[in-house]
Amino acid sequence: MKNIDAGTHVKGGSVYLDDIPLVNGTLFGAAYGSPVAHGNIEQLDVTEAAQMPGVVRIFTYADITGENQIGGIIPDEPLFAEGQTHFCGMPLAFVVATSNEAARAAVKKIKTAITPLPVITDPREAQARGELIVPPRTFTLGDVSAAWQQCTHVIEGRADTNGQEHLYIETQGAYVIPQENDVLKIYSSTQGPTAVQRAVSRSVGLPMHMLDVEITRLGGGFGGKEDQANTWAALCALAAHHLKKPVKYSLHRMDDMAMTGKRHPYSSDFKIGLDHELKIVAYEVTFYQNAGAAADLSPAVMERTLFHCTNSYFIPNVKATAYSCRTHLPPNTAFRGFGGPQGMFVIEAAIAKAAAVLDVPAAKIQRQNLLHTGDEFPYGQKAQSEAHACWNKAEEWYDTAAIRHNIFTFNTANKLYKKGMAMMPVCFGISFTKTLMNQARALVHVYTDGSVSVSTGAIEMGQGVNTKIVQVAAAVFGLPADKVRIQPTSTFRIANTSPSAASATADLNGKATWMACTAIAGRLKEVAAAELNVNVNAITFQQERVYVHGAPTDWDWKKLLMAAYAKRVSLSEHAHYATPEIHFDGAKEKGHPFAYHVYGTAILEVTVDCLRGTYTIDTVKVVHDFGASMNPAIDQGQIEGGIVQGIGWMTMEEVIYDAEGRLRSNALSTYKVPDIYAAPKEILIEFLDTQQDNLAIFRSKAVGEPPLMYGIGAWFALRNAMLAFNPAADIPFTTPMTPEKVLLALYSKPANGTIVAHENTVSHLAVDK
Amino acid sequence: MPPGMLLLDFIRYHQHLTGTKIGCNEGDCGACTVLIGSLVNNRLQYRSFTSCLTPLGNVHGKHVVTIEGINMQELNPIQQAMYDESATQCGFCTPGFVMSLAGFCLSEAAPTTQQAITAIDGNICRCTGYKSIERAAARVAQLVQDRGEVAPAVFAAEQQILPAYFSNIKERLQTLQQSLNGEMTPAEDVRAHYVGGGTDVYVQKPEEMKQKAIRFLFDQPPLNGITRQGSRVILGPAVTVTDLQESPVMQDCFPQLDECIKLVSSTPIRNMATIGGNFINASPIGDFTIFFLALDATLVLSDGEHTRELPLRQLYKGYKQLNKTPEEYITQLWFEWPETAQHLFRFEKVSKRTHLDIASVNTALHIRMEQEVMAEVHLAVGGVGPVPMRLERTAAFLQGRWLSVALLQEALNIAQTEITPISDARGTEAYKRLLLSQLIKAHFISLFPQLSVADLLNL
Repeated sequence: MKNIDAGTHVKGGSVYLDDIPLVNGTLFGAAYGSPVAHGNIEQLDVTEAAQMPGVVRIFTYADITGENQIGGIIPDEPLFAEGQTHFCGMPLAFVVATSNEAARAAVKKIKTAITPLPVITDPREAQARGELIVPPRTFTLGDVSAAWQQCTHVIEGRADTNGQEHLYIETQGAYVIPQENDVLKIYSSTQGPTAVQRAVSRSVGLPMHMLDVEITRLGGGFGGKEDQANTWAALCALAAHHLKKPVKYSLHRMDDMAMTGKRHPYSSDFKIGLDHELKIVAYEVTFYQNAGAAADLSPAVMERTLFHCTNSYFIPNVKATAYSCRTHLPPNTAFRGFGGPQGMFVIEAAIAKAAAVLDVPAAKIQRQNLLHTGDEFPYGQKAQSEAHACWNKAEEWYDTAAIRHNIFTFNTANKLYKKGMAMMPVCFGISFTKTLMNQARALVHVYTDGSVSVSTGAIEMGQGVNTKIVQVAAAVFGLPADKVRIQPTSTFRIANTSPSAASATADLNGKATWMACTAIAGRLKEVAAAELNVNVNAITFQQERVYVHGAPTDWDWKKLLMAAYAKRVSLSEHAHYATPEIHFDGAKEKGHPFAYHVYGTAILEVTVDCLRGTYTIDTVKVVHDFGASMNPAIDQGQIEGGIVQGIGWMTMEEVIYDAEGRLRSNALSTYKVPDIYAAPKEILIEFLDTQQDNLAIFRSKAVGEPPLMYGIGAWFALRNAMLAFNPAADIPFTTPMTPEKVLLALYSKPANGTIVAHENTVSHLAVDK
Repeated sequence: MPPGMLLLDFIRYHQHLTGTKIGCNEGDCGACTVLIGSLVNNRLQYRSFTSCLTPLGNVHGKHVVTIEGINMQELNPIQQAMYDESATQCGFCTPGFVMSLAGFCLSEAAPTTQQAITAIDGNICRCTGYKSIERAAARVAQLVQDRGEVAPAVFAAEQQILPAYFSNIKERLQTLQQSLNGEMTPAEDVRAHYVGGGTDVYVQKPEEMKQKAIRFLFDQPPLNGITRQGSRVILGPAVTVTDLQESPVMQDCFPQLDECIKLVSSTPIRNMATIGGNFINASPIGDFTIFFLALDATLVLSDGEHTRELPLRQLYKGYKQLNKTPEEYITQLWFEWPETAQHLFRFEKVSKRTHLDIASVNTALHIRMEQEVMAEVHLAVGGVGPVPMRLERTAAFLQGRWLSVALLQEALNIAQTEITPISDARGTEAYKRLLLSQLIKAHFISLFPQLSVADLLNL
């Protein structure tokens, strides 16, 4: 089944935030962000701005009717800067005017006097100064300090991953329309309707039952609209509440990029120990997470880094410590993978470095240490592993021996071009790691004309969750998909939602939908059984008809509904689903946090132009654990899209802040995401169908985040190609591998001590350094 | 409507056609792509434009096609291809892709998958990873396979690829042409701002431009056209990059033109960006400025009263500072290309992303050979100084010599003394220095296959 939105998408008929027809009298907002990353606000002068044509009012912290606070996990994030600024782009004022242009023009007239304070952009510096968002956490398994004795080889190093801009093509925004009795109707481009509702409730000072947050769809989210949509909704709500007028703010791209947080940059130290059989005996890792100026979701992101610090490998002795470091960048936030990719890059770097030192292929170490079923993760859960199945199938199906041979032959014959390949196994846990968030509700109405309406807390942002929910309802009722309609997500229909995140949205909301539909179907079956005078267990619904013992009857769906309605049987249901079996003890850092894991292995091949330092990503060949995919077209799209986004993070996407904390890569002209030519020439996906029962909806495993991490292999494939050109090349474990880094490394000479030199060349960019 | 306002705002906020999306406001994502149909030498020509950089004045008297304008009762076959291949996820970029593919169907490009993909090279999708879109593009290429000599718009209408009304647009535009009354020309006494394609000025200051008196140069017939007169190739400054690419004169001089142009921005931007605009914008890394600097092109400037000739290499005084008065604009440019001479010409560009990106460093090299000696050498480089520049001393050193690895090494050393790159978002100084050397090597490795690559790279 195709994405249910595809028809309106291709016709340009799908409605996004900026497309909602305007209510008469709508005003337009624009935020004024701090020009200084850290400083004392001595003066905020809006007089000239306020006199600009069209300006209605300019709001600051003094106008807040509730509490100047929108922090989610930790209340450390003011809506408006008050006294001090903590990052460039932090809202100081919100201009409301009669047109978008007038609002933007007035913003330019706002003046501030800010006494600068020291700016920290480096998480290690923040950690050294004790600037931590939360206390550090450590996951341990076995006894690392004792284990080093058993190791034949111990290798240490450092790895740095840069951030990543979400670059959803639809920018952030909100449109708030006051209703009677101070109720606010809030359209928001958010992955977290309840997060917006809470943030508005707190900052405007209205109870949640007066705030209807409604979302039809997003033009992309990728985690960037999980908590970071709150600000814009709160600003518009505050203004609408004061002015009793509709207020809309759809961000200009450069404002969006400058004011919002991104994927967390990490700096990490690793130490890995192997025995003579290349078994990893011990692994010690310290993560310095660049959280930015406020917590946002950083503690949760940091936690998932720890969960995935050993990726797809079993390591008996692990000590992993993570610091969430407060810097003066915009608060970094969720991004597809949610800290997992950062953890995985480090273990892959450790393996690559060990392989180089021991002069063996990295794949040999990877293969030797893959998880088996029953192996324990550092957090205590036991693996139900498909790691070997994926890896072995990938080696056989794609013939890795032939790939290696072809690369060797090519590299021998070519001077200016070199090829490289890397294997990238992935193991990713599915569930919110905060157990309480693993709940969802669905509200299903069956109308007497046979049509079905489903409301859930899920947000459609392209991942196809609504399509999967339609499939669930249609399957339970035996209806064609067009009889089921998904309603826009609304906090008045579904309360206390978890954000659409953690790859778990289809599982959670799909299961709740299944429960609601099953409950209604159960009542309808009783009606049918009574009418047809058969046992209720004999009844099934297929093709809009009642079947008895698998044979059609003359009772069609509509007739059954009318009969049930006449008997005053409820045709509606509100169901609640909470993922069973999961738990986690934060004091011991042990438990069973994930409903299940998703596994896969990718083989990536690249070609480097060693004259120019440019490269192409040639092929990505994947064996992916789908469980039993309920929608292969959608799932394939998630894999392809995730891979390219991951490759982007590893190659060309370079978030650049200068030493003053100002974003230099602040537009699409300076921040490059993959275009059609940058995508791999070929992506092949082989489905690993696994028969074991799992907690996924219809056994169709979550697919949103895991494939992003296949992209990590691109970095290592490039590294291998570069080493084929210059075996002595100095290639620090630093992402992204831009053409600049490639060229400088290709022509680096160890005699010159280039490790330091190379790092110095990029330090001025303050790319998380 | 002010003629300087953006077409995108007109479409979305005045016509309330919301299928055209706002993505980046700088022509870098393609979400706002529309098609512009115009009569060129009485032929109906459709080209894709990013409406976020298009002033209304540049579509005066033309057919503006938005996604709504290609919708039919059912999905049209382009939309159906996108649908069937699951080439849409969040959907926000999708109308732009559909429009670009429709532009492909309305163009005279060869009906190949590769050409269909070229048509969408300015569209960014953050969801799909493009593979499904490529599959859709391949199906769209099939749609126009059997077009033969039929005019693209007529064929598309006949085959019900696009709505039937496309079959008589040509006649409607002819009628419209007759009713145009020159109302866009600013009054004589107003100091008008010159706008070519708008692709730079509308990135820099769209709000200001809306208020300005503008003299639109884009469609002025005297400022268009590419001709050859003897050894001289003469261009109107308003020719677009696409015009260059499609020009038989240019193709004749530069057999590798297609490869070079593929490195320059994207299809819609190439459809809009003018050569004159590229010069006047004075970006230190303007791709075609570098190209024409290596050709030692000459400009003809006019302020309405006086005209004068100025070598392009003398146009730049400093960063974004031009050797011309505000009233002066380019009326013509030309370069010498004697057909009898043996020309070697190359263009190199490296950017963070190979396509649809601004160069970290770019360079063009033109050598006129005489009996295996480099009789005349022009080497232009961008991204390594405040202005697009020529390496005169390096060129002078090479001129009149036989090429050898040793000579080239020395030339590279001289080149390093002529440049002053700075560290910025496009690369560090050290990188730009190394990259320029590499690109000059790339020029010579390609032009002189007898050079030892191993020696040149110190392998």
